Amino acid sequence: MTKGCHCEVPAGRRSNLDRLSTIGAGLLHFARNDTLGVAVGFAMFLLTVSPAHAVRPDEMLSDPGLEARARVVGSELRCLVCRNQSIDDSDADLAHDLRVLVRERIKGGDSDDQVVAYVRSRYGDFVLLRPPFEMGTLLLWGGPLLILLLGGVALARFYRRGETTAPPLSAEERRRLAAVLGGEGIER
Amino acid sequence: MNKRGWIFLIPAAVFTLLAAGFYAGLGIDPSVLPSPLIDRPAPRFTLAPLPGEASGFSSADLSGHVSLVNAFASWCVPCRAEHRVLNALAHTKRVPIYGIDYKDKADVALAWIAELGNPYTRIGADDGRVGIDWGVYGVPETFIVDKDGRIRYKHVGPLTQADVERTILPLVTRLER
Repeated sequence: MTKGCHCEVPAGRRSNLDRLSTIGAGLLHFARNDTLGVAVGFAMFLLTVSPAHAVRPDEMLSDPGLEARARVVGSELRCLVCRNQSIDDSDADLAHDLRVLVRERIKGGDSDDQVVAYVRSRYGDFVLLRPPFEMGTLLLWGGPLLILLLGGVALARFYRRGETTAPPLSAEERRRLAAVLGGEGIER
Repeated sequence: MNKRGWIFLIPAAVFTLLAAGFYAGLGIDPSVLPSPLIDRPAPRFTLAPLPGEASGFSSADLSGHVSLVNAFASWCVPCRAEHRVLNALAHTKRVPIYGIDYKDKADVALAWIAELGNPYTRIGADDGRVGIDWGVYGVPETFIVDKDGRIRYKHVGPLTQADVERTILPLVTRLER
């Protein structure tokens, strides 16, 4: 909620205990039959306890391949309520809705790019956590390269100026120098 | 050396540019995001009515005239502040206001309307999916849709009387021409 003038659904934050119990239920579900189930369950457990994820077990797709794709897509999409979290990381209600939407579209046969395009057509470029490379973002992507280039040019010019050698001494200068040095003379 | 005197102006110039940029940035409200839906046809949807109401709200309602579409919810405090402005606008009968009741409990929404008055020509109850199609990321949000059913303007946050007078009504007049 920003500035108190535009608000999001009050997102009842789930307690850790609540979260743990759903994870436990998921584990049991997977571990019911075989050792593979236990392994998968444990893998799921590790996946779910990673602190950043807000993806709820009831949102997940049963096909692990599709779910993995949904995670990739979800990590690319910004939660517009929390702004600096992906929809996979956010507990906001809108993020939940978008996660469900992403999974629906993936299940319906959309490619990852199509799903991203679908959300982008509604929420704009800001929904993409990785800004697209196009005319409007040229300075954003090219900026570091431009600065590197400018710095390189400046550095090159700086060092080249250092290389310029003074003109050789004239005969008259050599004679005076020899006089100062008391006949020791100079090389060359 | 004199020839290179201007080089000392570069930091000053860079500073001036940065300062101007930052100053301009102060006026930008970060909660307002540009919508890609501007000048695009409004999404197609059908929303069920609130219980007890005769009709819901669908995209078919939006063609043939300029309309205001307002996403609101009874749980949204700024919407309460905005409601007075909507009531006043509805009273002028200048432009029909359609409501998208966003992720709300129907009975609470009805009680809210009963308490504060109903500025809406039609209200549709949305579980959040139609809101996503409109690019809603919070409430209240208000859209102006032209005669051809295209979204022409989006306002994020509660409308004030000043917004209505300075932006909404002039735009409605222009779009009606």
